[in-house]
Amino acid sequence: MRKLSKVWWFNIATTALAITISLLIAFMIIFMVSDQPLDAVNSLLFGPLSSLRNFGTVIETMITISFTGMAVCVMFQGGQFNLGAEGAFFIGAITASAITTKLSLHPGMLMFVAIVGGGLAGMLLCYIPAILRAKFNADEMVSSLMLNYVALYLGLYLLNTFLRDPNFGMLASYKIPPDAKLTQFIPKTRIHTGVFIVAILIFLIYIFIYRTRTGYSIRVLGNNPNFAHYSGIKVGSAIVISQVVGGAIAGIGGSVELLGMYERFQWTSLPGYGWDGVIIAILARNKPQYVPIAALFLSYLRIGSSIMARLTDVPYELIIVIQSIMIVLITASALLGRLRHKMVVKEAIAHGQSI
Amino acid sequence: MGRVFNLIFTVDFISSVIRVTTPILFATLAVLLSERAGVVNISVEGAMLISALMGVVGSAYSGSPWIGLLVAVLSGIIYSWILAFFHLRLGTDIILTGIALNLLASGLTVFVLFLLTGDKGVSTGLPSKVLPNLKIPILKDIPILGGILSNQNVLTYIALVSIFVINIFLDRTRLGVYIRAAGEAPNAVETAGKSVNRIRRTALILGGIFAGCGGAFMSMAYLSMFTKDMVAGRGFIALAAETMGKGNPLLSSISALLFGFADALSNNLQLFRIPSEITRIIPYLLTVVALATYSGRMQDKDRIPM
Amino acid sequence: MPDLIQMKEISKVYGNGIYANRHVNFSVREGEIHALVGENGAGKSTLMKVLYGLEEMDAGEILINDRPVVFHSPQDAMSLGIGMVHQHFMLVGSLTVMENVVFGYESVKGIFIDRKTARQKVLELSELFNFKIDPDMITADLAVGLKQKVEILKALYRGAKVLILDEPTAVLTPQETGELFNQLKVLKEQGYTVIFISHKLREVKEISDRISVMRRGEMIATVNTEDVSQQEISSMMVGSSSSGIIEKDKFPVLENRLAVSNLVWTDANKKKLVDDISLTVGAGEIVGIAGVEGNGQDELIEIITGILKPDSGEVQLFEKPTTGKSIRDLRDMGMSYIPSDRMTLGIAKDMSIEDNLISIMLNNKSIYNFNLLDRKKIRKMAKNLISDYSIRATSEKTEVGMLSGGNIQRVVVAREFSSGAKIIIAEQPTRGIDIGAAEFIHRKLIQLRNDGCAILLVSADLEELKRLSDRIIVLYNGQITANIEDVLNVSEIELGNYMLGVKKQSDAEIGRAYNAKTK
Repeated sequence: MRKLSKVWWFNIATTALAITISLLIAFMIIFMVSDQPLDAVNSLLFGPLSSLRNFGTVIETMITISFTGMAVCVMFQGGQFNLGAEGAFFIGAITASAITTKLSLHPGMLMFVAIVGGGLAGMLLCYIPAILRAKFNADEMVSSLMLNYVALYLGLYLLNTFLRDPNFGMLASYKIPPDAKLTQFIPKTRIHTGVFIVAILIFLIYIFIYRTRTGYSIRVLGNNPNFAHYSGIKVGSAIVISQVVGGAIAGIGGSVELLGMYERFQWTSLPGYGWDGVIIAILARNKPQYVPIAALFLSYLRIGSSIMARLTDVPYELIIVIQSIMIVLITASALLGRLRHKMVVKEAIAHGQSI
Repeated sequence: MGRVFNLIFTVDFISSVIRVTTPILFATLAVLLSERAGVVNISVEGAMLISALMGVVGSAYSGSPWIGLLVAVLSGIIYSWILAFFHLRLGTDIILTGIALNLLASGLTVFVLFLLTGDKGVSTGLPSKVLPNLKIPILKDIPILGGILSNQNVLTYIALVSIFVINIFLDRTRLGVYIRAAGEAPNAVETAGKSVNRIRRTALILGGIFAGCGGAFMSMAYLSMFTKDMVAGRGFIALAAETMGKGNPLLSSISALLFGFADALSNNLQLFRIPSEITRIIPYLLTVVALATYSGRMQDKDRIPM
Repeated sequence: MPDLIQMKEISKVYGNGIYANRHVNFSVREGEIHALVGENGAGKSTLMKVLYGLEEMDAGEILINDRPVVFHSPQDAMSLGIGMVHQHFMLVGSLTVMENVVFGYESVKGIFIDRKTARQKVLELSELFNFKIDPDMITADLAVGLKQKVEILKALYRGAKVLILDEPTAVLTPQETGELFNQLKVLKEQGYTVIFISHKLREVKEISDRISVMRRGEMIATVNTEDVSQQEISSMMVGSSSSGIIEKDKFPVLENRLAVSNLVWTDANKKKLVDDISLTVGAGEIVGIAGVEGNGQDELIEIITGILKPDSGEVQLFEKPTTGKSIRDLRDMGMSYIPSDRMTLGIAKDMSIEDNLISIMLNNKSIYNFNLLDRKKIRKMAKNLISDYSIRATSEKTEVGMLSGGNIQRVVVAREFSSGAKIIIAEQPTRGIDIGAAEFIHRKLIQLRNDGCAILLVSADLEELKRLSDRIIVLYNGQITANIEDVLNVSEIELGNYMLGVKKQSDAEIGRAYNAKTK
């Protein structure tokens, strides 16, 4: 076992501290606004464990946000502030719904094609900011934010014009053929085989980032683009690949979500999972191997919060507030930065080191 | 096509361009002030959203749109101050903090709205007020120009005047020069014994005032209520407008006007039975195209990007 | 004369655990010019930043007129009359000279800056100290010497009675240096105190009253200038007497590895920064490039290394044009590059030493196993390089950013030299690092030359150039003003004349920079 570095411990400490502080703030807010604060706190913290069904929901959400979390990790590893995971997830799902409802293929094949198609759609969406950055040096953050809206309205247009089931009461696509859906394999829950897709992807992405030439190039790019360029690393292609891979993962996430959890496509606004991805990437410090833990944690809080909203008078949005506080605190490096400087100084004085 | 042209060159249309540009313009000025001080401010989006809600709340509880505006501006200031505190004091990454604060705004507005009205979507349960339109005496009698510029909302006039005020402010006043220096040569500022952080915080807070006005315009002029996530990316569009305007108040405002134009066009094209989803894409797509075109040109001569 | 400033037992440790100052005692008398000397990285600048309130000390005490003071910011120091002119100018380029001079201390008229008063004051000050400068010029457009004057004016305007100058002559031509020294003498006559940081001993001898010598973060001695010789100061600075000329094998240069012909590059302001430069570097030859900073060296190197594209002219490696080739291609052809800005270009500071060592060998099959990076092989290679290049680090996993300057440069050099380089572009390879590492790098460069490598060496250190180069090419204003083949016998004065454009060789002599085939 490799010895864990001091930096690692500092990261853990920062994260733990941030989580504690933000949960305390949550409790404070609950006590301020609620008539039944103890029930609310109780269901927030322990609700997810109250039944298999509830815990199943935690895992279902975890699958969903692991995808976007991983997508953002890859892009942030390359220092690319592409925030298009949101749009890629959405466009992936709509593509999967188009493929499954419009194509007639062998059912198993249909599922595969739908997932790959969703991935390609997400890839394409994130390719645009990537290529604009690589070719024109256009800020990928702004363009990806804009493209999220493009994805939304384009998706709605497709839904309205081609995929809409006129016999269904609300705006929704035709029913996805049951054969094309991912199997829900644990009774009383909706946990589906997408969980294996996530597991495999995390492994592949880990290998990609840490063991392949391209992954290495992406890491160097994220750490110091000038150094990457100077070293002869193809900066342009690393820029593009990191974002395209991220987009593909988010797109696959969208299609897996649709095929695992829904009868029909019926989102009329962006579902927000891309932003969750950013939160997870921050919690996991852009390391793919930590994505499942971060996703589990976030998903647990979410489900706790929604149980709380169902049983008490505290609205669900409390958790959105809390998680934003959490990420701000986690990124607050200065919280422990001063302490770290002092430790280094002490050590240096002890060892009498000089230049 | 002719019908489209007939539409564009009407007084009503141009007047509506100015109306829909107003919030983008406020956002652009907010982004510009912090950007010139050297801070990428992605969270103008969230500042506007909070201010939009607080304006409605303030006016509903006081019965006065002016108090509403004041509350909105104060909210913008407080929100920006929080951003400044985390980024400048605790050293958090500006973009990640910005994203977090945007999420916060989106959750907090719904949270507060629900606590106050029991509704999570719109503020129709609150008897909020709207800010008045102004008829400018001499201006209103000038043909065409009067039709375009007169009878706009009071905040629209404030926005238009602000462009010039900010221009002079950055060029001629002490704080303005400090803000530019903090963005251009922070070391020079620091060695002059001035705190870069303090200057940046001031710039962010000044930006918060404009974001507050923009938010108030959304919920107390553009619409007469607050709706969930009503800012809809205008804060992000402002980032693009500021970039395209190279941080110059006049050029950035012209870029903002371009987006306003696209926005107004998409509102009007719906009359021609073009699917509304397609027309709503236009401003966003235009931003991407403009960003690519502009950034391409601004590249350092022959220097390979990064 | 009483001590105006006393710094007692000052210690300062940087974030990476490196002592910049250790128990330093330093005092300055009123009205003297006090030189603070030491090798790069000896801790001079840090000590002065502490005195100016830019860095907070970790231990120690500062007395001014025997009264203890605590500085939290430059403003505190300034209020007690201490001003500093930094090595890298602290000017806002888009502002005018007068706006920069009064920056932070502007008087206002209503809500606007009072430009009239500002101009008046700047003119008065320039008059008083005989600085000729137009207050309305945009600062970014000024020559380096003038920018420095703006910095000095700024300090004087702020009421400085003690002026700290951090390596003021590093960027100046000898003539500009002379002018600066005259101005410093004027200041001294008017009762000002000057602290002068340098590592150029001749200048120090010429201008100072007393000298304090630092080495490796410690104060070695303070002496009266007239009591010591340059040789004595030098040995205090380095600890032992300097090693002098390194013996080089002499052999004829056979082939041109690097050829640059008629290169032109114009910047965005239409200024010709590289103006028709032609030169060659042969196998087994070190060609030094001398020049005052900003005379086209940076751009020349950026063109050769493929970062910039020339407007016209061409670069050839092994007699093949490099036009249209990527940096990857150039490196594959055998080019290595040690950049002057090693923190920006040379490393990824949050990545491990081993990750930093492999950045240029991604095409090398030996670090892969089934197309995946072979961590074991990489670790072994990194361990070997760490011991071969004496990199002081706890392990190959250590983040490069945690190392000291000298060790970081050893990492860069280890990577660039071990890649089987046939052409090496070495830009300021020993700037700011400890003597041990510098000596090590010098010997490596000579060894590579003897092995037949073509080396282009850019350095601001004339001694380094003379020590290593087989030929020295001088650049001024984007042009070659001299191609010096008799390196051992050229005086620094003569080099200075070429560097300033005061003298220029004949076209025929300059033409020999191309295809020289020396010796």
